[in-house]
Amino acid sequence: MSSLSLAVRDSSTMLRRNLLHARRYPSLTLNLLLTPVVLLLLFVYVFGDVMSAGIGGAGADRSAYVAYLVPGILLMTIGGTTVGTAVSVSNDMTEGIVARFRTMAIHRGSVLTGHVVGSVLQAVLSVVLVGAVGVAIGFRSTDATVLEWFAAFGLLTLFALALTWIAVGMGMVSPSAEAASNNALPLIFLPLVSSAFVPLDAMPGWFRPIAEYQPFTPAIETLRGLLLGTGIGHNGWLAVAWCLGLSALGHRWSKRVFDRDPR
Amino acid sequence: MPSFVMPASRKPDSTPAPAAVTAVGLRKSYGDRTVLDGIDLRIPAGSVFALLGPNGAGKTTTVKILSTLVGADGGHAQVGGHDLVTSPDGVRAAIGVTGQFSAVDGLITGEENMLLMADLHHLPRGEGRRVAAELLARFDLAEVARKPASGYSGGMKRRLDLAMTLVGNPRIIFLDEPTTGLDPRSRHTMWGIVRELVAQGVTVLLTTQYLDEADELADRIAVLDGGRIVAEGTAEELKRLVPGGHVRLRFTDPAAHRAAAAALADAERDDAALTLRIPGDGSQRTLRAILDRLDAAGVEADELTVRTPDLDDVFFALTGGPTPPHRTQEVVR
Repeated sequence: MSSLSLAVRDSSTMLRRNLLHARRYPSLTLNLLLTPVVLLLLFVYVFGDVMSAGIGGAGADRSAYVAYLVPGILLMTIGGTTVGTAVSVSNDMTEGIVARFRTMAIHRGSVLTGHVVGSVLQAVLSVVLVGAVGVAIGFRSTDATVLEWFAAFGLLTLFALALTWIAVGMGMVSPSAEAASNNALPLIFLPLVSSAFVPLDAMPGWFRPIAEYQPFTPAIETLRGLLLGTGIGHNGWLAVAWCLGLSALGHRWSKRVFDRDPR
Repeated sequence: MPSFVMPASRKPDSTPAPAAVTAVGLRKSYGDRTVLDGIDLRIPAGSVFALLGPNGAGKTTTVKILSTLVGADGGHAQVGGHDLVTSPDGVRAAIGVTGQFSAVDGLITGEENMLLMADLHHLPRGEGRRVAAELLARFDLAEVARKPASGYSGGMKRRLDLAMTLVGNPRIIFLDEPTTGLDPRSRHTMWGIVRELVAQGVTVLLTTQYLDEADELADRIAVLDGGRIVAEGTAEELKRLVPGGHVRLRFTDPAAHRAAAAALADAERDDAALTLRIPGDGSQRTLRAILDRLDAAGVEADELTVRTPDLDDVFFALTGGPTPPHRTQEVVR
């Protein structure tokens, strides 16, 4: 068997195993979906009137804020599901099963590839579920063309891939599931200090760089632009660069830790 | 020795090596703690070899190195004709590992674990199902096959672990403490399974801290202590290494005890217990000599027992028992 077909075959076996875990224990994934959904409902129904007034000026109604908020919530959903990835990778590494895989003549990268592909699929599915909640409470894409829809979907997938690789690295270096979920907290925390809830220019000046120089803000602005027709500007390239950079970094990090001798 | 033992090593495909596992001078340290301090092994194909030693002797580290899980700091080894460093995937294809560090996936069922192994060994779907079902039945796991493995008992997990190892039909199996923590019944079941494997020509490297297990299963035993092999041989050869065989006489009458002690000058005398220990191997000749001398003195012992050294004696003599390990090395040298 050529090494490529070996890689594909073993990776898809590992992917099936990870999806089986997710299907057998959906509570972890569902719990992680709860945070973005609750934040979405809270900000729309409790803070919605004030936020809308802040964004659209006088006369703007709640739906203006729903439109503003949903893209950020979608990306936040991705951050949340990848915390689950860190936890399950860490669980896997502390169980003996991965030691068994290492002593088998299988494609070495397939263990991580299985986790990554499974996690990206879960993230995309989660985005669809949370997106459906958004639509249910009134979110509508105003002027997206088919091409823009594809671009939005591509951006979400690429973003999920980037965060997943980082989460896999975090899971690899965490000695326990608890440590993994703590180490992965930035993936939940970063969107809270991005432009997901309020625009950058509404933030105090000293805070703005924190929101600006991180992956969530350009990705959120790009997604908004694609779905709602707001200006994207240089955010599109920035978002793609962040995603590619994080993916490459997370990939190298995870691979290096995986190739190290276990104790 | 290495080049002599393994002439086939350079062409593993044309002439199969007579040894399933050979290792020369394996060394490994973690930080400044030396775990393996030059291990030499030669395990003939189709035999059972036991690595016997106390906790921390380096047994698991040896298995981890030979199964390609961790690299050695020094020395070299071949497993199934493949070099650990230059052909790790060749080694992996030849071996199966079961034990302490290897394990099952607790989140999925026993059957799913088996099918996972079948998929990773690239068995066709139908054959994978057949092999999985066969092994589950053979290891008495058919009833629980559809339950998550995390709920299995220790013995069941160990059996599933071994069943998963056998999916790929490996010719060399590493069993790292396969019965540690098992109840006596599960232990005997495990022993039966190992004997079956050996009957099929599989080479087994077994680590254990139980002497009876090594005695029971192994063709050859290496006693490992403080990262060195302190003795190697068959169980019988090892037992011959240590003196400790003796004939013990017990008396109820102190006068008889005194008289016997006078007649048997080489006896070790215990006045409190009223016993005598006469060194000897318990052969008919020694026994007759003792009895003749007792008859001549006109005394009769109330009880006579012959004690031959067992592996416990060997183990304690070689590994220094509760005393610090540096004494052990003096014993070796």
